[in-house]
Amino acid sequence: MIHHELVIIGGGPAGLAAAIAARKAGVQDLLILERDREAGGILNQCIHAGFGLHSFGEELTGPEYANRYLKEAKALQIPCQLNTTVLALSPERIITATSREFGLQQFQADAVILAMGCRERPRGALNIPGSRPAGIFSAGTAQRLVNREGYLPGKEVVILGSGDIGLIMARRMTLEGAKVKLVAELLPYSGGLKRNIVQCLDDFDIPLKLSHTVTEIHGKERLEGVTVAQVGPDRKPIPGTEEKISCDTLLLSVGLLPENELSRQAGVELDRVTGGPCVNESLETSIPGVFACGNVVHVHDLVDFVTEESEKAGRSAAAYVLHGEPDRSHTFGVTNGDCVTYTVPQKIDTENVGKTVDISFRVNRSFSDSVIEVRSGEEVIAQYKRSHMAPGEMEHISLPKVLLQKAVTDTLTVLCKEADV
Amino acid sequence: MKELICICCPNGCHLQVDDKNGYTVCGHKCERGAAYGKDELLHPVRVVTSTVKTTSAVFPRLPVKTDRAIDKEKMFGVMALLDDVTVSAPICCGDVVLPDILGTEVNVVACRDLKE
Repeated sequence: MIHHELVIIGGGPAGLAAAIAARKAGVQDLLILERDREAGGILNQCIHAGFGLHSFGEELTGPEYANRYLKEAKALQIPCQLNTTVLALSPERIITATSREFGLQQFQADAVILAMGCRERPRGALNIPGSRPAGIFSAGTAQRLVNREGYLPGKEVVILGSGDIGLIMARRMTLEGAKVKLVAELLPYSGGLKRNIVQCLDDFDIPLKLSHTVTEIHGKERLEGVTVAQVGPDRKPIPGTEEKISCDTLLLSVGLLPENELSRQAGVELDRVTGGPCVNESLETSIPGVFACGNVVHVHDLVDFVTEESEKAGRSAAAYVLHGEPDRSHTFGVTNGDCVTYTVPQKIDTENVGKTVDISFRVNRSFSDSVIEVRSGEEVIAQYKRSHMAPGEMEHISLPKVLLQKAVTDTLTVLCKEADV
Repeated sequence: MKELICICCPNGCHLQVDDKNGYTVCGHKCERGAAYGKDELLHPVRVVTSTVKTTSAVFPRLPVKTDRAIDKEKMFGVMALLDDVTVSAPICCGDVVLPDILGTEVNVVACRDLKE
């Protein structure tokens, strides 16, 4: 068994930022385990621009954003073992991994950071009837094929789902010479950023059909077409609105799910809404010494926020390695009030908060002028104004410690409502 | 008056551009939005990101971008130029892969290092 003070599972943006922060906070002996042939994670295939506006004040492509952290990790001599898949994690923080180079390995870590990211929701989760011909890809798989491997998955494309990856791939496939016939979205609004609808669809006259879904797959060996139908407010297809569209490729951009097989195996408590670990203000999970950050905790909109969260997890893990588990006798639960679907962190210990604690959450509907309230029982301890909120955009509040200390109950509630006129 | 959505950053500001009165812009949260509103109506430009072929066995494609935005209608022209480019290691992030494309003085540059 190989011993390390800190092992980080995953070398994407979350793992890199956490490792760098932990090293800077004084951890001497750490290791990143990465499944792919290089570190950087999904950023390596996100060749479009738009990353780093928060962190660096400039617009970088995914590989450029990754490159900054890869360079820093290298300068800090942080070891990263590539082509290595972690098979198991135990509650005692024993990690079992396998790789072609080293075979089966076991690591005993004083602290672990989970940074495995998320996966795409597959076709099987959608129940689209029809056969299983070639030509159906998740949008991210197609992105990897085009941008990293250099293959074009097809020439006539329909995209189901208008999340950002689907929109970005509509533009990418068009630029590479494919004809994108349609983007269909089940919901009456797009889940993607407005700028992506403009620069990825409108620029190339690609139609976006809202409240539409794919109801049938045609073709046996290779996809030959799909049937698209309008859906009602109940999201069920409306009979008589079906339209058959010929295509050789269907891309699915229908949501991301945090990848937590390892966390589950280790017995980490998971949040039913996010699908990720429940964490406290230090990004520590229900198992002491096991931390989590990035898309494995909850799916972020911007990599900049992943970096920020992961740096905090890295510093917390370093504190754990150097000083042990802190006193946790002043812990609050954070609960979801009206219109809030989840919060991260789910627990806050007042004594372990610096000057402020950041809470991230999502709302379940759109708001214009509105107020975010933090309550302890009936008492409002903090209020934040917003001119606009939407389910597709993660919200952040920064709660000062002095206000936290005013709380009288052992739970805090975050809720949103329209502003009083 | 023309309505636009700014594409400069994820905020996606709703802009109103007065195309009758010197293209004054409102609804923007930063100066980039004001410039975008005017440019988008007079001569729209975009940064093109794509990949070029490499001789590397491990990394068959190198991500590249135009170092400045180019005229929107030249996007497919840039793509066609990139079809014929093959690069070999070593390459550093920022290296010029194709200089002065289509007589615009815009360069296509590498977006990552390529060491092997």
